[in-house]
Amino acid sequence: MSQELFDRFIKCAVDALKVEPDQLTREARFKEDLDSDSLDFVELMMAVEDEFGIDPIDEKELEGITTFGQAFDLIITKL
Amino acid sequence: MHGAGHRVAITGLGVVAPCGIGKDAYWQGLLGPGINGTTSVTIDDWDSAPYYASPKDARRADRVEQYAIAAAQEAFAQAGDVGVDPARFGTIFATGIGGLHTLEEQVIVRVEKGERRVSPFLVPMMMANASGAAISMKYGLQGPNETICTACAAGTHAIGYAARLIAWGRCDAVATGGSECAATATSLAGFGNMTALSSTGRSMPFDEARDGFVMGEGAAVFVLERWDLAVARGATIIGEILGSASNADAHHITAPAPGGTGAIACMKLALDDAGLSPSDIRLVNAHGTSTPLNDAAEAAAVTDVFGERSVPVTSGKGVTGHALGAAGALEAAQVVLAMQHKLIPPTAGTTSPDPSMDIDLVTGAPREWVPGPAISNNFGFGGHNGSVIIGPA
Repeated sequence: MSQELFDRFIKCAVDALKVEPDQLTREARFKEDLDSDSLDFVELMMAVEDEFGIDPIDEKELEGITTFGQAFDLIITKL
Repeated sequence: MHGAGHRVAITGLGVVAPCGIGKDAYWQGLLGPGINGTTSVTIDDWDSAPYYASPKDARRADRVEQYAIAAAQEAFAQAGDVGVDPARFGTIFATGIGGLHTLEEQVIVRVEKGERRVSPFLVPMMMANASGAAISMKYGLQGPNETICTACAAGTHAIGYAARLIAWGRCDAVATGGSECAATATSLAGFGNMTALSSTGRSMPFDEARDGFVMGEGAAVFVLERWDLAVARGATIIGEILGSASNADAHHITAPAPGGTGAIACMKLALDDAGLSPSDIRLVNAHGTSTPLNDAAEAAAVTDVFGERSVPVTSGKGVTGHALGAAGALEAAQVVLAMQHKLIPPTAGTTSPDPSMDIDLVTGAPREWVPGPAISNNFGFGGHNGSVIIGPA
């Protein structure tokens, strides 16, 4: 895992989810730990698409993602 | 008020306005100078932090909803523990437009960056019912939760309907009022191009030189309760909703019916609802927008119903500007405060009352009065008329 990419992902999440960087561990769960709902998650994905210059991520690919690490793993497959 | 015989007490009031945040500051603002030389009067140093648990929560709310939540916080703090069954505690709220700033920003985002960049929060932030929904959720109010959207009459209609739900026996308490924050570049251009706005930037209700309104914004929230329940719990009652009425001109989308015939009928219906005669009314809190047509029709209507110069008339819009769907709530707040302070605020900005009008307009300085039943009017584009009659505690 590239720390540089992960740091950029954290930056997106701090902006979109209004959380502190130290909350953003790979294990952090969106709902329970980051108090983020589906609309927050959409906003995070939009920020990530901007940051990494990737195409919009299909909704179906996001199914089952519950942790910050899982989301990052999906993002890096798009780069 | 017609219904099942229940009286309606006001036990909480909260206000957010450019002339003052919080009802005490608002009252001082109403006694201050009027607006001069601006198209809109807005809250430029607004801070939502005191009203939200986190910046994230605040960011999900358009400013119109933030104002509503802030005013509700003050109103509920004053009311204290209402203690009724949440299923019988309603929310009847008003706005003329809703989250227009959010909509306008996101239209620009879509045009400049494409559909994929439009915020997922656009819909819950722009929808007109967002403010009422937010109040209901924050305070766990599970009774009827409806938003009234009758342009500039919305605030008065909301208060009237909220009181009716209590008078009828459907609710034991209702949070009501209105919020507006719609002075966007596009809406100001629209109001300007339709020549509703003052070209001189002066709000001067009933003045012979009046030339349109100045756009305002803000919110006022009331907690209404069934009178006997409020008394039983030892609440401090700050006023009473005695009656209300709603009707339509069925005449023109923006112009009032000539001679104020719709307004006349509306005020008479409100008097009948309150079981009062015109001579019982001690104050007319006018819609008084400072537009040539509204003020002429309203003055004619007031004279028709109450007689020539027989009751003091005032309009707060010289200070507040016209806050559209929040206007009725801000003006009902003005009435309650005028009762508490035993002073009628003057119609700021007005120096030469239109000589064609036979009304006793309060201008220049506040006027002392013995508080009694007061009627507050609002009329909206679309021909919507609303009147509410408020009594002292």
